[in-house]
Amino acid sequence: MTYWIGAAAALAAAVWMALSGINEYFFYAAFVVLQFMVLATAWNILGGYAGYVNFGTAAFFAIGAYTAVVLFKWLGAPLAVQIAVGALVSGLLGFGVGLLTLRLRGIFFAIATVAIIFIMETMMVNWRYVGGATGLQLLRPDVMAPFASYTRMLFAVMALLAIVAVSVARYVQTSWIGRGLRAIRDSEEAAECSGVPTLKLKLFACTVSGALMGAAGAPMPMYLSFIEPASSFNLNYSVSALAMPMIGGTVHWIGPVIGALLLGSIQQIVTVTISNEINVLVIGVLLVLFVVFAPDGVIGLFKKFVRRR
Amino acid sequence: MSAPLLKVQGVSKHFGGFTALSEVSLAIAPGERFGLIGPNGSGKTTLINCISGSLRNDSGSIEFEGKEISGLAAYQRTRKGIARSFQIPRPFHSMSVLENLLVPYQYVVHLRESDAEQQAMEVLRRIGLADKARATANQLSQVELRKLELARAMAARPRLLISDEAMAGLSGSEVDEVLKILFGLNAEGITIIMIEHIMQAVMRFSQRVICLDAGKIICEGTPDAIVSNADVQRAYLGA
Repeated sequence: MTYWIGAAAALAAAVWMALSGINEYFFYAAFVVLQFMVLATAWNILGGYAGYVNFGTAAFFAIGAYTAVVLFKWLGAPLAVQIAVGALVSGLLGFGVGLLTLRLRGIFFAIATVAIIFIMETMMVNWRYVGGATGLQLLRPDVMAPFASYTRMLFAVMALLAIVAVSVARYVQTSWIGRGLRAIRDSEEAAECSGVPTLKLKLFACTVSGALMGAAGAPMPMYLSFIEPASSFNLNYSVSALAMPMIGGTVHWIGPVIGALLLGSIQQIVTVTISNEINVLVIGVLLVLFVVFAPDGVIGLFKKFVRRR
Repeated sequence: MSAPLLKVQGVSKHFGGFTALSEVSLAIAPGERFGLIGPNGSGKTTLINCISGSLRNDSGSIEFEGKEISGLAAYQRTRKGIARSFQIPRPFHSMSVLENLLVPYQYVVHLRESDAEQQAMEVLRRIGLADKARATANQLSQVELRKLELARAMAARPRLLISDEAMAGLSGSEVDEVLKILFGLNAEGITIIMIEHIMQAVMRFSQRVICLDAGKIICEGTPDAIVSNADVQRAYLGA
């Protein structure tokens, strides 16, 4: 109950901000932070709960974006439809990829998911309808009332998506599904022998995770008014989606939220004040520091602190 | 003998060029206490991996309650009533001891969380881990881990319980304790396969024993007959 009050308050705050007179740039940056929150939360469902490290986030994200582009160019579909179908297509991709790769364990699964990025990117590069390698310029439709600009509206939409993603992750974590996924992470063989249908649960996690990543990617073309393969399939999405839960903590739904707020904000600040290249360095350094000194992330640090008091 | 609970017929398993099991056949009656012995590397664990579904047998058939199960996934076999403990304990180390048992209660018996917790505490009391219920699994000693393995298998409410070296490393009185639990489960009608290196325990527990060596059954009979069998002595002592 407290969770839902908090979620409603967060959404109300986001909408209120979008309607207020805050500087436009804030929304431009906050959209990206929220987008990473969705990606990190989605990644954590498979990577954190079940322990299957997915490096293919960029592929699911970009397929969501490209689905939106196709729908927009072909039918002029509204944003809500773009997001819904983007999530559906990426969810299906997650299911398919899961069927092919979830029998692999550990590093082999991780490698297989990297391959998905290259396969999908090659396909988009060679598809003229969506602009091929040079990309495609998109003309934004008129903004819907009551929002003053399209970026403000996208910010509110992404805030809603973040809350949906976190709610899904929270449900998965606290339900019997979450317990099964944790059993898989701890010992897959013992989980099977305790009656856990490991392949089915992993497929479920991979599908849900993929769908949420697709939903995060779908508003991207409208945000940039442009789509292009190299930036859509950027490995940075994969790395950030993995680093944020690691830094926040993977065992609880709040972990990716903390990680995304922390790392996402730092990235935005660094991009503006220093440079875009330092950005990647920041992720790397923070990730190493956390893996070495706080393997359970911010959540782990917090727990340790509470126990000591 | 009544219709067997478990019937293994001509089961073979190869790992590359190595034959771990060759043409193993055995039948276990409902309610039986069955011992499986053999030197290290003789295929005991491979055999129970094939029965529980952790491995698929290359050939032969495995029937449980008259139905072929060798095509089923391990979790389906657990749901049909075959539970096992692992020789090297594989606890769910991020969970509490109690939560370890909730997994089978939720996934096999399909209990609601509150009922499952009650039942799990019952099992923990029985096996002597009740005071550790809230501890996480990685805080347990080796002995406690072995008990947890057994408790988790019990929580799946099996009709056939396979105990893979549940007593290794236990002291004499602890062995007695575990034996008492297994006898109790058997009295409730649970068929038990015991794999054990502690001869005294297997011999005291089992009604019938099979000895494996190099993937083949070399002897089958009552504990007394097994101990005095020349092949068994050769397999163990190498004389």
